[in-house]
Amino acid sequence: MSQSLKPYLTAVRSSLTAAICLEDFSSQVIERHNRPEIEVDNSHNPELILNPMVIARNENEKILIEPSINSVRISIKIKQADEIEQILVHKFTRFLTSRAENFFILRRVPIKGYDISFLVTNIHTEQMLKDKLVDFIIEFMEDVDKEISEMKLFLNARARVIAEAYLTPFD
Amino acid sequence: MTAPIIYQLGHESIKDHVFSPDRQFLAITKDNNIEVYRVSLGNRPQLLTTLKGHDKTVTAVDISPDGGKILTCSQDRNALVWELDAASKEYKPTLVLLRINRAATACKWSPFGNKFAVGSADRVIAVCYYEEENDWWISKHLKKPLKSTITCLDWHPNNVLLVSGSTDGHVRVFSAYIKGLDEKPEPTAWGVKLPFQTLCGDFITETGAWIHDIAFSPQGTSAAFVAHDSSITVVYPGGEGLPPQAIYSIPTDYLPFKSLVYLSENRIVAGGHNCNLIVFDGNESGWKEAFKVEKQTDLTSDHSNVQDEDEEISSHDALNMFKQLDLKGRVNRPSEKGSGRVLNTVHQNTISSVKVYGADQVSTSGIDGKVVIFSI
Repeated sequence: MSQSLKPYLTAVRSSLTAAICLEDFSSQVIERHNRPEIEVDNSHNPELILNPMVIARNENEKILIEPSINSVRISIKIKQADEIEQILVHKFTRFLTSRAENFFILRRVPIKGYDISFLVTNIHTEQMLKDKLVDFIIEFMEDVDKEISEMKLFLNARARVIAEAYLTPFD
Repeated sequence: MTAPIIYQLGHESIKDHVFSPDRQFLAITKDNNIEVYRVSLGNRPQLLTTLKGHDKTVTAVDISPDGGKILTCSQDRNALVWELDAASKEYKPTLVLLRINRAATACKWSPFGNKFAVGSADRVIAVCYYEEENDWWISKHLKKPLKSTITCLDWHPNNVLLVSGSTDGHVRVFSAYIKGLDEKPEPTAWGVKLPFQTLCGDFITETGAWIHDIAFSPQGTSAAFVAHDSSITVVYPGGEGLPPQAIYSIPTDYLPFKSLVYLSENRIVAGGHNCNLIVFDGNESGWKEAFKVEKQTDLTSDHSNVQDEDEEISSHDALNMFKQLDLKGRVNRPSEKGSGRVLNTVHQNTISSVKVYGADQVSTSGIDGKVVIFSI
C-alpha cells in the first residue's frame, strides 16, 4: 500500500466524522414531509445546506462530501488508470448499485463525475453507530482499490493463458 | 463525583426527555409515542403508560411546572396537552390550536405554567394559553422577523420573555406578554416596555451556523446558545435599544453541541455529537471551558491510548497492526481488532437533550436510547 493513502484516508475519516452530525429535520417547504435536504432542490432554503468539500489524492481518486442538516451525500471516484480498470469499475459499481436496498446507505445513481455515491441520513445515524458508518466507508474505499487491482491481475493472467492456448497451433 | 445513573430504555432514539418536578416520573419521546415511566432510585424505571396520539415523530416533550400536564409536539403539526384523568387514571389529550402547517419542532412550558410556546418549521412561534370559555388551548403567533425553522426555545424566569434559535443562525429574544393573562413584568436589562411580539434582541453567530439549543440563565441576566460550528456563545444584554453589554463566543474543537443547560449563573453544561458533557465556567467578564465530565479520547483523530508499549506481540499481530495503521489511518492495538469497539463514554451516540436534574446534577438523553443522570 502506498505512502500517500494513509494521509488521504485520515483526512477522509476526520471530515466524515465532522460531516455526519445529523438531526431529524422535517421539511420547511412541504407539509408533513421529511426528506434528505441534500437531495431536494434547495433554492427555497439554502441555509440548510453546508459547503461541499472535495478531498483528492490525485486527479483520478477523490471524494466529494456534501453535508446538509439531515443528510450527507458522499461520492467516491475510484482510481482508473487504464481502460481495463474503467470497465472493471463500471461493472463493479453497477453490481453494487443494482443491490442498493441491501446496502442501506448506497445511492442508486452516482453523482456525475463520480463512480459511486452514498447517502447517509439521520435515520441511519439513529439506527447505527456513527463511527461504524465511517469505518464502513473507509473500509470500502480501501477494499475497492484492492478488489479492482486483483480483478485486473486475474484478467491479465487469464488473457495470457487464453492467448497462449490460442496461439499454440500456430507454433 | 459519583457514578452516573444509567437507564437503558430500549434502543430507539430518544429525541427529548423530561423529569417531573418531583423527579418521580420520566417522560421520553419514542418515535410517534411518548412513554411515561415511574422512577425510583436504585430500581429500573417502570413503564406506566404509552401516550399515543401523534401520527408522526414526536420532537419534544415537557412537563408543566406543577407536574400535572405533559406537553408534546410532533412533526404531524400538532401539539397535545396530556392530563391525568382522575376517574380512569389515564392520560387524556387536549389538542392545541396551533394554526401552523409545518412540523412543530420545540415546545416549552413557561415558568408559571399558565402558557407555553411551540416552535415550528413554519417559521412561527405559537404562544399558547388556555381559554376558559371555549375550553381549549389557543395560540398567538410570533412571526416577524423569523425566516427559518425554529430549533429551540427557552423562557425567561419572568414568564414574559422568550428566546428562540433557528436554522438561519439567528437568536431572537421576544416578548410573549399576553394581555389579561400576565402581570406587567418588571423592567429587565432585555427591555422595559414589552407588548406582545416586541423583538428585544437579535444575535447571530459569526459563521451563521444553525442554532441547536438555547437557554436563559436561572436569573435571566444572560442567555447562552450552542451552534453547529461547535461554538458556545453567552450574551449579556445592555439594556433596551443598546448593543449587548458583552458577547462571549467560545470556539471548541469538539463535534457540535446539541443541548445546553445552566447549572448556575456561572456554570453551563453542554453535550451533543461528541457524546460527552463539557462544563463551561464564567461570568460577566469572560467564559471559558472548565472540564469534561467524562474522560474521553478525541473522536475525530481517534487514537486509542496505547499502554505498556513494550509488550511482546507476535509478528502476525505486528503485521496486522501496521496494516491497520496504513490502511485505515488509525492506531489500533492488535488485540482490539475485531472486538466491537465502543466509545469510552456512557452515551454511545449523540446526546439529544440535557436537562437540570437537581443541584449539580443533570440528566441527559441520547439517540442510543439511554437516559443518564450525571453528578457534576
